[in-house]
Amino acid sequence: MNMNLTLIGQSIAMIVFVLFCMKYIWPPIVNALETRRKNIADGLAAASESGLKLEQAEKEAAEMVGSARQQASEIVEQANRRAVQIVEEARNDAIGERERQVAAAASDIEQEVNRAREELSGKVAALAVAGAEQLLGREINADAHTDLLDKLAAEL
Amino acid sequence: MASEGETQTAGEYIVHHLQNLTFGRHPDGTWGFAHGAEEAANMGFMAIHVDTMFWSVFLGVIFCWLFRKVAKNIEAGVPGKLQNFVETIVEFVDNNVRDAYHGDSKLIAPLALTIFCWVFLMNLMDLVPVDWIPGLVHLAGVEYQKVVPTTDVNATMGMALTVFVLILGYSLKMKGVGGFVGELAGQPFAAKSLVGKILATPINLILEGVALLAKPVSLGLRLFGNLYAGELIFILIALLGIWQLPLHFGWAVFHLLVITLQAFIFMMLTVVYLSQASEHH
Repeated sequence: MNMNLTLIGQSIAMIVFVLFCMKYIWPPIVNALETRRKNIADGLAAASESGLKLEQAEKEAAEMVGSARQQASEIVEQANRRAVQIVEEARNDAIGERERQVAAAASDIEQEVNRAREELSGKVAALAVAGAEQLLGREINADAHTDLLDKLAAEL
Repeated sequence: MASEGETQTAGEYIVHHLQNLTFGRHPDGTWGFAHGAEEAANMGFMAIHVDTMFWSVFLGVIFCWLFRKVAKNIEAGVPGKLQNFVETIVEFVDNNVRDAYHGDSKLIAPLALTIFCWVFLMNLMDLVPVDWIPGLVHLAGVEYQKVVPTTDVNATMGMALTVFVLILGYSLKMKGVGGFVGELAGQPFAAKSLVGKILATPINLILEGVALLAKPVSLGLRLFGNLYAGELIFILIALLGIWQLPLHFGWAVFHLLVITLQAFIFMMLTVVYLSQASEHH
């Protein structure tokens, strides 16, 4: 084995390669690894955080659904009550209206009867006068007997 | 299987495969390629293994190019396949460095990554069948070619020495000259009296000095030894004719573990040594 200049040449080559590696190879690679490690750690943290948030949101949503359901049932109940009330009112109105109609019809009928009766009594008076004329054969003085005839008509 | 085509003994074949392509100064003062092991040895220190340097730099550039390509277009979002692959390696190295080194240093982790990938790639050349590349370059007229840089003790010791310089630098920077020398002189035998200190210091210096020097030597020689032995076995298997096929496959599978493990060990020991250097005992 000859020891010779190769020894020094090899040393120089090694120093050059080490310096190159130190300056141009090691820092970018290690930086990238570090950055990636950090990114992954951040991602994992964000994922667990969003999991917590999701859980919370689900709880909130369940609460909201529950209260909405309660509200809805309240509203339905209210509406039912109101509907019953409206039906009741309508029935009362209808009954009132019917009574009013019946009363109006009754008064109409009464008026009509009165009128017919008056007319009839007038006609009866005239008929009685005409009959009496026939019977007596002479003319009754209408003016002289008006009082008598009116009294008769009122009695009818 | 001697791709050279000439009649060659097994011994010559092995020696030829273990010879680096050496460019250096001949004893007569001229520069040129060495023809044979003896000429290379005569060049002494003023020579360079062209094949080792070429393949190690080539593989280092591949590493830098591939990782730079990913680093330039990297994004923190969903990674692509290549980015995933590179990130896996970077995270693997980063985790190991974090476990072993507790200080705050911008150098250690990139150093570990470079060592791991570079040594792995250099070791990986061991899995290329031993005659392919040498055979090809022989056709181009190049006499010797050793394609696994980590089977060259110069390459592994060159890296180990760089690490050693870093160990010394970190020790001095973190502990100061006094702290570093005190650590070498005041351990493992701690004395309280002046006489005791005078007696203990030389022994401590010898023991700690050996321990300190053993770090780069063991670091470099461990890698070299493992890969050299593995390469040698590949060469021996290549001598076996048709039987080399199953054997080569078996050894290559086993060697996959070795090359990865050795790259990892080189990286981890570097980190551990530097961690020791920057911590007070």
